[in-house]
Amino acid sequence: MKLYEYMGKELFDGYRVPLPGGRVVQEAHEAARAAEELGGVVLKAQVLTGKRGKAGAISFADNPSQAEEEASRLLQMEVGGEKVERLLVEEKLPLERELYLAITVEAEARQPVVLASLYGGMDIEEVPEEHIVKYPVEVLTGYSPYIAREICDRLGLEGKVVRSFAAVLESIYRLFREKDAELVEINPLALSGEEFLALDSKVVIDDDALYRQKEIPRVEEKTSLEKKAQEMGLAYVDLGGDVAVMANGAGITMATLDLVQHFGGTPANFLDFGGGAGEEKTSGALELLLGTDPRVILINIFGGITRCDVVARAFVSVKEKQGISIPFFFRLVGTNEAEGRRVLHDAGVEVFQSMEEAVQRAVEASKNNAGGGF
Amino acid sequence: MAIYVNENTRVIVQGITGNQGAFHTGQMLEYGTRVVAGVTPGKKGREIEGVPVYNTVFSAVREHPAEASILFTPAPYAKDAALEALEAGIKTLVLVPEHIPLIDAMEIMAFARYRGAVVIGPNTFGVVSSGKCKAGIMPNRFFVPGPVGVVSRSGTLCYEIVAQLMEKGMGTSTVVGMGGDRVVGLNFIEVLKEFEEDPQTGAVVLVGEIGGSAEEEAAAFIKENVTKPVVAYIAGKSAPSGKRMGHAGAIIERGRGSFASKEEALRECGAQVADLPPRIPGLVEQALGQS
Repeated sequence: MKLYEYMGKELFDGYRVPLPGGRVVQEAHEAARAAEELGGVVLKAQVLTGKRGKAGAISFADNPSQAEEEASRLLQMEVGGEKVERLLVEEKLPLERELYLAITVEAEARQPVVLASLYGGMDIEEVPEEHIVKYPVEVLTGYSPYIAREICDRLGLEGKVVRSFAAVLESIYRLFREKDAELVEINPLALSGEEFLALDSKVVIDDDALYRQKEIPRVEEKTSLEKKAQEMGLAYVDLGGDVAVMANGAGITMATLDLVQHFGGTPANFLDFGGGAGEEKTSGALELLLGTDPRVILINIFGGITRCDVVARAFVSVKEKQGISIPFFFRLVGTNEAEGRRVLHDAGVEVFQSMEEAVQRAVEASKNNAGGGF
Repeated sequence: MAIYVNENTRVIVQGITGNQGAFHTGQMLEYGTRVVAGVTPGKKGREIEGVPVYNTVFSAVREHPAEASILFTPAPYAKDAALEALEAGIKTLVLVPEHIPLIDAMEIMAFARYRGAVVIGPNTFGVVSSGKCKAGIMPNRFFVPGPVGVVSRSGTLCYEIVAQLMEKGMGTSTVVGMGGDRVVGLNFIEVLKEFEEDPQTGAVVLVGEIGGSAEEEAAAFIKENVTKPVVAYIAGKSAPSGKRMGHAGAIIERGRGSFASKEEALRECGAQVADLPPRIPGLVEQALGQS
């Protein structure tokens, strides 16, 4: 779960990471008042999408009336499809240099890793490898001050700033651990005098740990359909094409989408209803899919722990309950296949044995059915 | 021969009294696995499918020495159960649950390394040495002995591929589910190393997916260290960047983990890359014929 910049900074504040003075505002006149208190300010739209600078979602003001003007402009903006509802108004400070500092999870090393660079302020993806210090942290022992000394040494940072850097790193490591973050990023981490300040924050909390992070406010990024699917224990991703797909397992669902594309079709979605789903979950998944108003439905079941007869019965019950007027293509093999086929056969449903054939036929139908030409 | 588990491996089941734990204990016994004991705190003295249940891993292995454990404990308690197993001397630990917090997974892996143990998963279907021992939840009937080693990040897709191989008369030596999470206990390289040294394995099928860089790293390793033929399939060719495809690891992020880079790396190292799952058996047949 991504946090807004101001939420990340509220966490930073709790861990004593130095921050510029700032106010969160929802109305333009509040921005004017903030500028009265803070002086020259920077106004930043609170959206989850990155690259706000390039999108014109960050602005500056020297006085309250200018701040109000800029705030009312920003509050009407949409950035990457996201409506701006809040601004963070912060004091503008004289800065000497801008660094990059982050802690994230390095999957391959199965450890947290500190990333630091003297080239802050720009997208870290654009910084050449040789200018980034990567320091994996042994998760069992955690942070120790030598780690900060070593990173500063490699960066070429010397003198009193090392102590300030170490304090920031220790704080964000604690935050990373205690708040179950998968990313804590400060870019830029700016040097003002001898103190480092976090000018921006990017914090992502591990979704799987949210159950034990009750005090962190929830940020909803999913579409309502994706959210509904999640509540039902399904993995659903909207892909915007013509062939609606459901399959049992993430890998086989991806492979099915790949086949759709291979035969020249476009997948409408990714819908994995998991291995071993019961009749209720299966019909729930199917109803969710029908609710998206697809042109063609493709169901690909390889029954391992999933039982074919259960899937077949769920399909027939949904078909009888609400009727299915669009073409559907059903591939069904594996556990209790014969019984599943019998159930579908009795309901007048054609069943495919081969995944390739089912996909190919679904793609053809999606083209004939495209544009709703009748 | 086989890798990770074999006919001598004794297995305990953690979370044996839950629905999944009890059901799969029965399935594992039916397959021929030596399930010697189960653990569920507070359920000492019960029996599941004839397997005695203990309160702790320590007490279970004291009465019934075991090398491996398969864990069905719900995600919030999985770290505790995993550390208990490792502390009690388990050397092969299969973590079935999904949604274990990342930091918990990292701590489990670090402690396993310290203890010299192998962790398979989390979010895995487990491991099976066909005809010998199954410590997992995969359907029994597809796993018949043969010369093909399989390592996969996803479950159902792997069963599909193993079933297609079986249909063409090719059985499996060992099938390893690495798990769909971002932080998992095994990577392709570690498994490939085992397959390379396993006399029963004649060819390896590697089932990868988009996200991360495990397949690229595997390719570099294959080039230098693997003499056996490798057939690979990568799921997620059609996946757009930034959308997570079910598995926590299956996401193309910051330009990393794309299908194209994985496919290119694997082709370059001499692996055969199947563009569709149904093409895998043919490529394996060819590879076995040549080796």
